Amino acid sequence: MPPETAPVLEARGLVKRYGTLVALDGVSLAIHPGRVTAILGPSGSGKSTLLRCLNFLVRPEGGEVRLDGVFSDLDQARALDAHRARVGMVFQQFNLFPHLRVRENVALAPRVVRRLGPAAANTLAERHLARVGLADKADAFPGELSGGQQQRAAIARALAMEPAVLLCDEPTSALDPELTGEVLTVLRQLAAERVTMVVVTHDVAFARAAAQEVVFMDAGRIVEQGPAEQVLDAPVSERARRFFGREAVS
Amino acid sequence: MIGPDSELTPDQPSLLARAPWWLVALALAGVLLGWRVSTDDLWREIAARLASGLGVTLLVTAIAFPLALALGLASALALVSPHPVRRQVATLYVQVVRGLPVLVQIFIVAFVLVPLGVEVVRALGSLLAPLLGAENPFAGLRASEVPMVTRVVAALAFAYGAFEAETLRGGLTSLARGQAEAARALGLSRGQALRHVLLPQTFRRVLPTLGNDLICLLKDSALVSVLGVRDITQEARLYQSATFRYSESLVLLAFFYLSLTLLVALAVRALEHRLRRHAA
Repeated sequence: MPPETAPVLEARGLVKRYGTLVALDGVSLAIHPGRVTAILGPSGSGKSTLLRCLNFLVRPEGGEVRLDGVFSDLDQARALDAHRARVGMVFQQFNLFPHLRVRENVALAPRVVRRLGPAAANTLAERHLARVGLADKADAFPGELSGGQQQRAAIARALAMEPAVLLCDEPTSALDPELTGEVLTVLRQLAAERVTMVVVTHDVAFARAAAQEVVFMDAGRIVEQGPAEQVLDAPVSERARRFFGREAVS
Repeated sequence: MIGPDSELTPDQPSLLARAPWWLVALALAGVLLGWRVSTDDLWREIAARLASGLGVTLLVTAIAFPLALALGLASALALVSPHPVRRQVATLYVQVVRGLPVLVQIFIVAFVLVPLGVEVVRALGSLLAPLLGAENPFAGLRASEVPMVTRVVAALAFAYGAFEAETLRGGLTSLARGQAEAARALGLSRGQALRHVLLPQTFRRVLPTLGNDLICLLKDSALVSVLGVRDITQEARLYQSATFRYSESLVLLAFFYLSLTLLVALAVRALEHRLRRHAA
């Protein structure tokens, strides 16, 4: 059932080419507040490119992105920075800043971008670190943490900007299998707290457990999208049926 | 780090093997020399003579190096800039300056660029001052009024700026792409990302090279003597031409330079060690 609220983030007709390869071929997507959208699809289908166009880490060649209904102008550096400040991103490789303590990693953007005082920024950082279960690691350097802890710190770093949407680009793909659990637990907890998220993932079980919306992509296009249980359990398209394999066939 | 497997993961060496014997040997030589200086009037006289040039050597280095760093940083940022004109200008500077001997550059700056610059300032002054209804304040400016030491500092900063540009550019581009992406994704502007995320990491990475360049600059400050600026090398040469005593003054001159360069090397090492203890 489509939600009645206005979308918080909306992409219309996004196009991106790398040379002759068409990574995104006119993709439109609406993200509604308080909901989790999982983007699935085979490698090279354009999932990550789509996610990166939503905060303009990748510059789309066509189409537009609206945040709270407002068009973000790609050619205005300030508008871009303001857009990114409200759209959080969690990376596959964490990308914590290795020269800063965990607390400073989280407090940096609130201090520099939102211009909070050092004390307020640190308090905010500690609150969000507690939220991901890392209150006791605030003084550590990223290099002293496990992969799972690093990713949780990266989630806290994104949350500290209190973003309208949190984008997660394969958040567990760089982790050992026994470390994915703690990250997925945090993401499920955020979903329960109604944090708006868009998660690119290979983890069908996670999508089933946490996402309300599922988008299935192939060859730069959205092949199928809808409520999670519908897309995952009863896909309409042949391509999605083949991708979800055994589950869908039975 | 290059060697057979057993050398790649060596056992912790004993304290005896880890001790800085090279430093002990040098310190011993220094003590012997110090004893000689304190007991022999001739050596003491030469040492005092050289010491009178120490201020100039230190001053030239201490001013030229920060200037070179600033110039290098500006050029490095231009080298990685998306702006094509900035990139071209910075590349031209680096390639030209890096390809000329420092000694030749000192001559060019001192005897061509500085007089030219003075002419330009004077011409601009006589052109613009009437518009403001004032006398040209630079009318009496002569190239000979620019001290040689200033010219040398400018030349050394210019020469070393090109090296620092390459060093810093290399450090910047060696950072993982994800660092810039993470900073920008948080809403930091390009300048904020550089200042808070990229440059601190770059400086940590290139610190050993910067230390190396500082040592080279300290040594190249001896080139000021070709313009007659009285640094420790010039004092030694003046002493030699008056007395024809070469060996004593050269031994002491070498001792002065070594003491300074070793101090810099140890300071850089200590700084490196302190920074490494933090970020892994």
